Amino acid sequence: MNPREIHTLLKERFGEAVRDWTEPEVGDSSLDLDSGSLHDVCVLLRDDSALRFDFLRLVSAVDRTDRIECVYHLWSYELAHSAALRVELDRSDPRVASLSDVWPTAEWHEREAYDMMGVVFENHPHLHRILLPEDWEGYPLRKDYVAPREYNGLTNE
Amino acid sequence: MSEANVTETAPPASRRDSLRTEEMLLNMGPQHPSTHGVLRLVVRTDGEMVRESWPQIGFLHRCFEKIAESLPYAQALPYADRMDYLGSVNNGLAFCLGVEKLGAIEVSERAAHLRVIAAELNRIASHLIAFGTYALDLGAFTPFIYGFREREMAVSILEKLSGGRLLYHYPRIGGVANDLTPEIASDIRAFLVQMRKVWPEYNALLSDNQIFVKRTANVGVVTREQAIAWGFTGPCLRASGVRFDLRKDQPYSLYERFAFDVPIGEGTKGTTGDCWDRYWVRMVEILESCRIVEQALDGIPEGPVLTKVPRVLKLPKGEVYVPCENPRGELGFYIVSDGDPKALRIKSRGPSFCNLSIVNEICRDVLLADVVAILGSIDIVLGEVDR
Amino acid sequence: MGTEILKTPAPTAEELLGRAVQDPRDLTRYLYYLRNVRAEGLSVAVAPLDAAINWSRASSIWPLTFGIACCAIEMMATGAAKYDLDRFGAGAFRPTPRQADLMIVAGTVTHKMAPRVRRLYDQMPEPKFVMAMGACTIGGGPYSRLGYHVVKGIDRFLPVDVCVPGCPPRPEALIDALMYLQRKIAADRPVTDRYLRPFFSKEKRR
Ligand code: SF4
Repeated sequence: MNPREIHTLLKERFGEAVRDWTEPEVGDSSLDLDSGSLHDVCVLLRDDSALRFDFLRLVSAVDRTDRIECVYHLWSYELAHSAALRVELDRSDPRVASLSDVWPTAEWHEREAYDMMGVVFENHPHLHRILLPEDWEGYPLRKDYVAPREYNGLTNE
Repeated sequence: MSEANVTETAPPASRRDSLRTEEMLLNMGPQHPSTHGVLRLVVRTDGEMVRESWPQIGFLHRCFEKIAESLPYAQALPYADRMDYLGSVNNGLAFCLGVEKLGAIEVSERAAHLRVIAAELNRIASHLIAFGTYALDLGAFTPFIYGFREREMAVSILEKLSGGRLLYHYPRIGGVANDLTPEIASDIRAFLVQMRKVWPEYNALLSDNQIFVKRTANVGVVTREQAIAWGFTGPCLRASGVRFDLRKDQPYSLYERFAFDVPIGEGTKGTTGDCWDRYWVRMVEILESCRIVEQALDGIPEGPVLTKVPRVLKLPKGEVYVPCENPRGELGFYIVSDGDPKALRIKSRGPSFCNLSIVNEICRDVLLADVVAILGSIDIVLGEVDR
Repeated sequence: MGTEILKTPAPTAEELLGRAVQDPRDLTRYLYYLRNVRAEGLSVAVAPLDAAINWSRASSIWPLTFGIACCAIEMMATGAAKYDLDRFGAGAFRPTPRQADLMIVAGTVTHKMAPRVRRLYDQMPEPKFVMAMGACTIGGGPYSRLGYHVVKGIDRFLPVDVCVPGCPPRPEALIDALMYLQRKIAADRPVTDRYLRPFFSKEKRR
């Protein structure tokens, strides 16, 4: 199935929670969702016999300065098709449901997104910083991040 | 002593159950010879049995993503090489493919062939290191020397081709850095002959070695379902019986023109998806890579090797995700551009990062020595786990 | 953890005397030197001893198996078949810091890693040497400007003996650095510094 068909199928099932299709000028297309419906959509994407997305490639958080986006790239080994989902989150308090119970591999990806961008994944089994030390301040990949001048007694200049 | 006596002297069943053993938390790494760099593994052990193990990563977090979005594309490219330093050509290639796809930059056929040659040579070099260090982890030193002997040949070829050792910066946006000369071509052919000659030697040395087989077969079995659910890619995924290779299934850079097989694990020595299978898939891939290099050398057309790209490269507004087959699995760059000379976001999907996340799942109720065998068979590179 | 550079001060005369009294071997040695030095003059007497110690130290440097990043692969290549670090007596990579003399810091040291590196250094027995391999360890290298999590040079928390520039340095460069370190060790005067300097330095006599 191509992304357009997947969009139509999801639109039938979830109605307003799936935003309208926009054809990108260049590059990949994505399915825009309401953040509240993400978990249900993903369960359907994984279990539906026409979709069968069994592999979550990556979870990336993107800081667009006015909002934070979470993008999920999916792939189906069985049917050899791919899709990308996108949810928009409030930048001051980004929250979205965790997908670690749908695809276990999401666990680490989400921890990384939390570490780097500060996105909070609800119902995540172990949401802690993964790359940076636990007492690090700030989320480095946000656009307004300022690197600390000193950490643990070592200057950073 | 008669049968009856034995039963009498053994402690009664009730007492045997109540004999409490203490569990212990152990730290492996970050300085540990077999953690392949700076991985720290916290293991909960009961005697010699490992009950749980949590990988702790981030000791080599070098801020790739932040740097990549703060620099122009051409300048961010060297940092991609440094992510997975064992397969640096493959990394640079993935980054270039992403930028080229978004910017609709054409690459000449000759350059594409050269990329394939360099990437496959790098894959061989990387698998040879995996071969050597895996044996080292299990306590055998000689294969390490063997592996590095052949790797040195591959590295010197790549050095002639690109000018660097280890970090080559060979693929550039729009092509490759240098052209192939007849001398290098004959070097490559000599290397392929040598590689095929010593490959059976490697097997006699390690693959069929009884001790090695005993330590790896039936250890750390990852089933097909587990492998897919936990995001295994590359040789690890194929060892679990999934015949999936991005070079075949989502071909890039002219890979569709070359004939090669995708080896999968078949449980030759034990169960499908055990450590030996993962090791073996890599060994067979060395030969397959030799085949690809040979075909690419034979079929290489004349032409320029570098397309002219503007000095300040501005990509159109959009986003793209390009996956590539790295020696360790699927390496992809998700590039988001908003029309500036710098990317808005570059996210890399590192294969080692995802492959490592399964460790807690499979290192349960195994011997402590097997944890080392499992970790080595996954063949992680910390530079790309931590980015 | 403290990050001040650890520098063992030379023992004072009182300290040395105290130690000599505790350990009879030290005392004999001390008396022996004292006698010889009175007769022959400082350097002549202990020079052969210094030389012997230096020779054994310099020709069996045991590095710590400690790779961090890309540079570590070149370090491994230096130890492997073609470059063969063993020719210089430095091929016995020890997995434990307790048995190592040389720490080749090969790779980028991050803020998360720095305390661990420091601890490994502290666990090594004296005399110990540190080699900063690669641009990253010297000054942050490619990550010096934008790497918020990279320590910009290991000399901020470790005393460094030799720097090996390059990204990564070639194995030849590492071998050269090792030979440099051997020369550096050869210029050392362990016996003189430890036992005689405190007594016979000019300031003391005055
Ligand atoms: S100096 Fe270069 S090769 Fe060495 S660790 Fe740093 S980035 Fe890697």
